[in-house]
Amino acid sequence: MTTRAFQKIYTKIDNITKATVTLKASGVGNDELATVGGKLAQVVKIMGENVTLQVFAGTEGLATDSEVVFHGEAPKLKVSDNLAGRFFNAYGEPLEGGEAVEGEAREIGGPTVNPFKRIQPSELIATGIAGIDLNNTIVTGQKIPFFADPDQPYNAVMANVALRAKADKIILGGMGLTNDDFLYFKSVFENAGALDRIVSFVNTTENPPVERLLVPDMALTAAEYFAVDKGEKVLVLLTDMTLYADALAIVSNRMDQIPSKDSMPGSLYSDLAKIYEKAVQLPNGGSITIIAVTTLSGGDITHAIPDNTGYITEGQLFLRNDSDTGKVIVDPFRSLSRLKQLVIGKKTREDHPQVMNACVRLYADAANAKTKLENGFDLSDYDERTLRFAHDYSEKLLAIDVNIEITEMLDTAWSLFSTYFSKEEVAIKEELIKKYWKE
Amino acid sequence: MKTTGRVNGIISNIVIVKADGAVGQNEICFVYTGDTKMMAEVIKVIGDAAYVQVFDSTRGLKIGDRVEFEGHMLEATLAPGMLSRNYDGLQNDLEKMDGLFIKRGSMTDPIDYDKEWEFTPLAKEGDKVSAASWLGEVKEQWVMHKIMVPFVMTDTYTVKSVAKAGTYKVTDTVAVVVDGEGREHNITMVQKWPVKQAIRAYVEKPRPYHVMETGVRAIDTFNPMAEGGTGFIPGPFGAGKTVLQHAISKQADADIIIMVACGERANEVVEIFKEFPVLIDSRTGHKLMERTIIICNTSNMPVAAREASVYTGMTIGEYYRAMGLKVLVMADSTSRWAQALREMSNRLEELPGQDAFPMDLSAIISNFYSRAGLVKLTNGKTGSVTFLGTVSPAGGNLKEPVTESTKKAARCFYALSQGRADSKRYPAIDPLDSYSKYLEYPEIKEYLDGHIGQNWVDEVYAGKTIVQRGKEANDQINILGDDGVPVEYHERFWKSELIDFVILQQDAFDDIDANCPIERQKMMYHMVLDICRKEFEFADFEECSQFFKSLINLFRQMNYSEWQSQKFEDYKTQIEKIVSEKIK
Repeated sequence: MTTRAFQKIYTKIDNITKATVTLKASGVGNDELATVGGKLAQVVKIMGENVTLQVFAGTEGLATDSEVVFHGEAPKLKVSDNLAGRFFNAYGEPLEGGEAVEGEAREIGGPTVNPFKRIQPSELIATGIAGIDLNNTIVTGQKIPFFADPDQPYNAVMANVALRAKADKIILGGMGLTNDDFLYFKSVFENAGALDRIVSFVNTTENPPVERLLVPDMALTAAEYFAVDKGEKVLVLLTDMTLYADALAIVSNRMDQIPSKDSMPGSLYSDLAKIYEKAVQLPNGGSITIIAVTTLSGGDITHAIPDNTGYITEGQLFLRNDSDTGKVIVDPFRSLSRLKQLVIGKKTREDHPQVMNACVRLYADAANAKTKLENGFDLSDYDERTLRFAHDYSEKLLAIDVNIEITEMLDTAWSLFSTYFSKEEVAIKEELIKKYWKE
Repeated sequence: MKTTGRVNGIISNIVIVKADGAVGQNEICFVYTGDTKMMAEVIKVIGDAAYVQVFDSTRGLKIGDRVEFEGHMLEATLAPGMLSRNYDGLQNDLEKMDGLFIKRGSMTDPIDYDKEWEFTPLAKEGDKVSAASWLGEVKEQWVMHKIMVPFVMTDTYTVKSVAKAGTYKVTDTVAVVVDGEGREHNITMVQKWPVKQAIRAYVEKPRPYHVMETGVRAIDTFNPMAEGGTGFIPGPFGAGKTVLQHAISKQADADIIIMVACGERANEVVEIFKEFPVLIDSRTGHKLMERTIIICNTSNMPVAAREASVYTGMTIGEYYRAMGLKVLVMADSTSRWAQALREMSNRLEELPGQDAFPMDLSAIISNFYSRAGLVKLTNGKTGSVTFLGTVSPAGGNLKEPVTESTKKAARCFYALSQGRADSKRYPAIDPLDSYSKYLEYPEIKEYLDGHIGQNWVDEVYAGKTIVQRGKEANDQINILGDDGVPVEYHERFWKSELIDFVILQQDAFDDIDANCPIERQKMMYHMVLDICRKEFEFADFEECSQFFKSLINLFRQMNYSEWQSQKFEDYKTQIEKIVSEKIK
């Protein structure tokens, strides 16, 4: 950032903490950007003439006489069609050199869409993965995270979903992404020939953690440009939101705020909601769909980060290693897509809702049978059949390497039903049984 | 002269204002940045420094920016024309706002000041009146909207004149009343009331003695809600809180529904926006939206206004109650409101209570719940506000402060269980943990005896016992194995499953099953209970489970069939047949 003529330069910093500096200044606006000793910072607190700035890259090396220049505006992103195909850092500056993008500068973290102006999401996003399409159908304008342990292939699944989803633009917001994963995303998108519809904002593990706080807002400002101004279907990928929340905790800690559950700031819910609620179906046909990743520690969803996320997002997708088949599956019990009701049986075949529920119910019976088996009890004939069903269900439908159309998924389910169960055991509405039961 | 001030500190949406005059706690003020004017509320005063929470983003606000204090608290505007509207937490009409995005400082009128209403006088010259006395009425949608003596007028008055029948705007004077000292007061159709104070213009608040039907079997049959009662629905995410609330809002036996979407997902509100104008209320034949007011402060809208939204909803509810109407106020979710309180308390650097919530959380919650109730009005009629809130316990743990505080305040507890949700047993209302204190009320017992059947409450408890015993039997089976227990254990377990599948579970997305009228509930419940009281002859446990599975299947088909249709009766006959074959 270059210094402009009218800007006042301060050279006396009073306090320096690991993430913030405080100095005496006047005429400063809340949330305004500044450069402190060449590093980007943002105003987070003003008390009389004392202004506290959060320095994104950390305060290492700053001195009490470092130069402070206020920019007079909140963080902005220059938006235009030229964003497509480019990789940026958390400040919206091109990575690996390249020309800066010219365009209209927009404040990031802008206002909320009037809920009354929203349209009810109703367009299905097909991913080919039955664990998603059949059990937890995703629609445009939805926000849904993967809840996954760090060892699971969530980034690979997400990249797959993104490419199959037929979106006009895919916007990747990478927070604390390892360099390897970053290169993985890049090469997957490149190989798919999809680079021209992808915009990336990336903060890797090599960058300072506090910078991450800018990434979702940058990504969503770009998304709003394409969805609102251009009427495009935009898919935003945010990985990993747990690292984003950790950065929030660092900042709130440095600002002496009283932590609430799990050392997270008391405002965690609102902070996360501000991001996720940018998902929207617009009246002009454009939409923003957010697929995020929240990594768990040891599958614990009661931790403040997944817990608050679950209350904000429209469902969650759980990945689990299935020991029976040796495959990674989308867990049918704990996964949920809240918006599936808007499309299943309406945009898909009429039997979709009932088939989906029957599968899950029978799979639950299999889980009970498995518990019995583990406890050393004899299995009934029904138990045996549910176990065989569970194996096939997991392999042919739940596994993430499945890639088929929804109608085919339903047919597969019906043939599993008739292979292992009687009509009564499946307990589906009689009209549907008559129509779809495979003798 | 209004008190004014200058911004002297900014921490997120808390602004410290140096005031030049008197400032009241909870007083409203406006903070100016550039040409934008943002509403704020005083939440703490120290010396000449007023701490105000701004109901908007403080981005770009500067030290020295101007502040004007308004001299009154946050008020709701109460007048005809509120039904069918979609407000934000501060009662701005969302529909009237321009543009796709909500611009900072957007303020829109909650009612139409130009609209003319057909006024009919109810009071006459010389009548003695007091706050909330009915002076006249206008027809709002299909509700007779009473024009009342404003709640802020605490004296007794004599009516000097009432306007003749005819069309008037809300701001026209429709009555003149005289107070004890001979002063005249002009009364219009619009009045204001500070939202954080309860409207107490009624004679008494008796114990509730009616049941409010919801069409949800797990509620009406097992744990009924009283008209004028309070209840709450705690549950982890994904347990179906919102689906259940929407079902109740569609089906509840109420004149007016006020839905407060408090810090929740915008897409859920959009669903109401889309469905309610189309769906028909089966009781009245009118569109659902005609009896509904939506207060919508979604999770990404300013936090401070989220706190206000529940109060705004309750105040409007109390206003319609004073007209002798049955009002149902629902808030989803009160946890978000509590979190808003926590964010404020945190920024004010107050000493925190448990989980960093403010110390007085419990008092705030019970104070709020106490505003619900059935009331006897000054003219002898009754009106009611029934309140149903959801709670989103952190980590699904019901031992957290918001759930515990609410449990002290609310009389009905509908616990949604993760286990039931995981096995898709919806609604996931736990039959054993949940309770309705109203079942213990003699008034309610008497009502149920008269309206459903003699000794109904005993029958309900009998059903609960069967469920309890079934659970115990199932625990035994799990410990000892299918063969390790007598067949009777399986029978006991399957009888509880029968109640679970037929009565407690209900398909909210099926056109017929979604709404179960009380007559149908009674019939189904008696039929199921009769079977549970019979003893059967089974060779082994597999036969037992087969028998009950086919029974459950038939009952479910019955639930999906039109009430008393041929199909319905056929399934009933089939059930009777297979039951009589297996009976001991």
